[in-house]
Amino acid sequence: MGTTSRRLRKARVDQGSCVACGCCVKVCPREAIQIVKGIAARVDLDKCVGCGRCAKECPATVITMEEAAV
Amino acid sequence: MKGKKRWYDYLWIASLAYLLLGFCNILFAWLGLLCFFLPLLIAIAGGSKAYCNRYCGRGQLFSLLGGRFGLSRKRDIPRWMKSKGFRYGFLLFFFAMFFQMLWNTYLVFAGVQDLRQVVTLLWTFRLPWHWAYHGTLVHPGVAQFAFGFYSVMLTSTVLGLVTMVLFKPRSWCVYCPMGTMTQLICKARCGSTKGL
Ligand code: SF4
Ligand code: SF4
Ligand code: SF4
Repeated sequence: MGTTSRRLRKARVDQGSCVACGCCVKVCPREAIQIVKGIAARVDLDKCVGCGRCAKECPATVITMEEAAV
Repeated sequence: MKGKKRWYDYLWIASLAYLLLGFCNILFAWLGLLCFFLPLLIAIAGGSKAYCNRYCGRGQLFSLLGGRFGLSRKRDIPRWMKSKGFRYGFLLFFFAMFFQMLWNTYLVFAGVQDLRQVVTLLWTFRLPWHWAYHGTLVHPGVAQFAFGFYSVMLTSTVLGLVTMVLFKPRSWCVYCPMGTMTQLICKARCGSTKGL
């Protein structure tokens, strides 16, 4: 992973398919993810550093790493 | 969320202990009701999945075995397994099996049926389990419920372990009936998923 592209990526949750298990929350090094009202995960884009750990962990594979304009 | 561990990060020990205790004395199976009522209470009263997100020892056990101990292929689960149809269908199936278990308990209480000292795995396989039943202090119906509830817990653990190995460590959480049910309750409480 190149450091330049890494900085530009952000985690995005497909909230309609999220099961709100919270696995992503546990692995995020920046506390950038929260489970909102027990329904779905939400990423705080300001905090997310795009490491991709949440996407790897998510058992439902509903997190994608996407390029974001910073 | 990284960093220092809190007391609730060790609840996987309780999950493990539960399975072992039920192996020694089936009446411990009654303790499993905690894993049933606590998540529901938290969802209904608090409107959150804090049980899943924090306290569920079973989820932690799968994270540990599949993650730290590497007992997982870490592949994506098939699309159908995370579809709403399968998740809600599995929840209904689970409910049906649960009520059948309650019915069997009732029959023993009513004296219509004798206590069956077996643990039924995957709703099909009857495992002998008589060593975990020590006698007549309690009504056989109380023991029948314990056998039935332990069957539910063991079955879900086994299913969870299988999908842990095949897919990601906590794949079980995608179709776990408690997880699906608490999420549904939270959704109902909010009325909609808007404003997330
Ligand atoms: S790990 Fe995946 S399914 Fe679970 S809460 Fe996070 S985004 Fe949702
Ligand atoms: S990509 Fe990394 S920093 Fe961003 S939300 Fe996921 S785990 Fe947290
Ligand atoms: S989905 Fe089920 S197994 Fe997973 S954390 Fe929630 S209650 Fe525990």
